[in-house]
Amino acid sequence: MTHPTMEESAGFDRLTIDYIQRAAASGLYEIRGLGAKRRVPNFDDLLFLAASLSRYPLEGYRERCSTKTVLGTRFASRPIELAIPITIAGMSFGALSARVKDALGRAATELGTSTTTGDGGMTSEERNSSKTLVYQCLPSRYGFNPDDVRRADAIEIVIGQGAKPGGGGMLLGQKVNPRVARMRTLPEGVDQRSASRHPDWTGPDDLVIKIKELREITDWRTPIYVKVGATRVFNDVKLAVHAGADVVVVDGMQGGTAATQSVFIEHVGIPTLAALRQAVDALDDLNMRGRVQLVISGGIRSGADVAKALAMGADAVAMGQGVLIALGCNSDTYVSNGQHISALKDYSELGTAPGFCHHCHTGKCPVGVTTQDSTLELRLDPAVGAKRLKNYLQTVNMELSTIARACGKQDVHHLEKEDLVALTVESAAMAGVPLAGTAWIPGGSIT
Amino acid sequence: MANLKPIAAGPIREFDLEKDSLRELNQFLHSAATSHCQIQVRNPNGAHSIACGLNSELDVRIFGHVGYYAAGMNKLATVTIEGNAGPGVAENMMSGQVHVKGFASTAAGASAHGGLLVIDGDASLRCGISLKGADIVVGGSVGSFSAFMAQAGRIVICGDAEDALGDSLYEAVIYVRGKVASLGADARFEPMTEADFDTLRQLLKSAGLEYEASDFKRVASAKKMYHWHADANQEY
Ligand SMILES: Cc1cc2nc3c(=O)[nH]c(=O)nc-3n(C[C@H](O)[C@H](O)[C@H](O)COP(=O)(O)O)c2cc1C
Ligand code: SF4
Repeated sequence: MTHPTMEESAGFDRLTIDYIQRAAASGLYEIRGLGAKRRVPNFDDLLFLAASLSRYPLEGYRERCSTKTVLGTRFASRPIELAIPITIAGMSFGALSARVKDALGRAATELGTSTTTGDGGMTSEERNSSKTLVYQCLPSRYGFNPDDVRRADAIEIVIGQGAKPGGGGMLLGQKVNPRVARMRTLPEGVDQRSASRHPDWTGPDDLVIKIKELREITDWRTPIYVKVGATRVFNDVKLAVHAGADVVVVDGMQGGTAATQSVFIEHVGIPTLAALRQAVDALDDLNMRGRVQLVISGGIRSGADVAKALAMGADAVAMGQGVLIALGCNSDTYVSNGQHISALKDYSELGTAPGFCHHCHTGKCPVGVTTQDSTLELRLDPAVGAKRLKNYLQTVNMELSTIARACGKQDVHHLEKEDLVALTVESAAMAGVPLAGTAWIPGGSIT
Repeated sequence: MANLKPIAAGPIREFDLEKDSLRELNQFLHSAATSHCQIQVRNPNGAHSIACGLNSELDVRIFGHVGYYAAGMNKLATVTIEGNAGPGVAENMMSGQVHVKGFASTAAGASAHGGLLVIDGDASLRCGISLKGADIVVGGSVGSFSAFMAQAGRIVICGDAEDALGDSLYEAVIYVRGKVASLGADARFEPMTEADFDTLRQLLKSAGLEYEASDFKRVASAKKMYHWHADANQEY
């Protein structure tokens, strides 16, 4: 217990002391999974102004409110049609097991949405179970091949991720089992560092040509997304649009990862809220709203988050951490043969506990989600995982349309910025919406 | 002159990129073309993405210089470029053969998983970057950062190599005949074994080059960066 006269330093608090002591003992920086833990302005800082006398609501349970979402209408002859604007973000086979990839595909297909490959190539499990599969083209190009390009429903060129903009991928040796090694053309057990720059192009002018190459290879059928980690979002989105992207994906700093340096996770990039506002401003500046679709990710958890993102101008969201948590990440138990079995001992062996775990990088996931270990991965039954994920995404979608109806919208894509106010000065400035109860929008846009 | 797969006798289908569009050419190569005819491309005029994404045993000859990503992601086809190639020639090739009779720009054969890329002249920066199993034979010299992070496959350099050759190599092996300005992080010279000589002779032969295998040095990974620990160079 802390004595009232003992004062903890704000600058050198216990966490900081622990960090310095660990660095002094090991000479290594910390690597971990998931996203930023610090508080940053986020969608919780916004509120909806629903219908009342000046606006007319829809009946919550009876009247139709469309959630249909179409992505990739600019150049591709086969745009992606989704039943809901909530998609599953790219997570690599290697970070996740093939069983988890299978579960993601099943849930996404049942709900009519898309799932995405990741650093490490496309597994047959996810291709088979996903009706709509987005294929990532990453700097590492692990397992990247023209057959998978041709059987993908969309291609996502990854420039960066919100958790680590400017950084490459990382997969520690304990997760590089024989299948992962084969798919990535690496020796088994090697601590894999993947590149942060694409091997065959270097700047936005090159990207124009790279996108055209992928269009030629796919005979202009397949939508091409460009994903950026949120830093100089206004400029990056404009460059991606100039480069010919059909869809731009912007991943805010709270976005999850399977493994990166924690200094990166907490200190690089800008919050999703600020990133989204800049991305929308960039599209508006180019008069491209509606022609190039915008997908936002990084810390999206609930229907309220999705509704706010759509109101601010996103066409869809992508989710990573929420998906993992729905599958059982950070839960006390895992399900085996219908029984809930405690995983507390396994968390404890990792030096953590449910609610605090961010140990995806270790490959020893107590609930079998982010592992390549042949015993641990059995803790996630794809059918059970798919059911849970479907329930979660369905709930999020119902919350989204509930809010849209209350705002009087027959289509969730009709939510607009005018429906929002901010709770704090910071979020009002970042999101570009008025502080609640005032007409004041602090700051200015960067256009 | 390289003695790659002989050109099939048979009908010739000609495209002239001053008259025909790149789209028409590539669409034909993807769907209508068969291995019974040779496809000749005239006046490429530096166009990008010529003959990319081929997926069958075609024989394509391009007369002139090409831009970026010629024969990109090639599978099975034989593509001959009677001229110079822009960046990323044969990038991500899976199989087949690509022969550049002139010089190649940056990132030649980047991330290629299989097949053979022959460049008669020099190749610029980052030749064979991220290589994943293909073979590259360069008749001339290569620019800096060639074979950067190359994971598997072989690169033969008959001339010199600029700075940082083989930086952060994994399992790819480089055979270099001339001077090496500097090696990159974790790359080192290693003695040539009998197996290396055999491999090298066979690669030189497929490229139609007659250099002595004994004039080449082997560069491979010292594997000091394979594992992340406090004493390793912290280049993560
Ligand atoms: C376990 C895990 C693995 C990931 N792997 C990749 C990847 O391979 N490629 C990629 O672009 N992003 C990857 N991401 C980032 C996600 O695509 C996405 O940007 C992020 O998870 C969104 O933020 P959220 O997790 O807060 O929803 C990964 C995220 C997680 C949690
Ligand atoms: S429970 Fe598993 S998925 Fe969740 S943070 Fe821990 S290791 Fe990662």
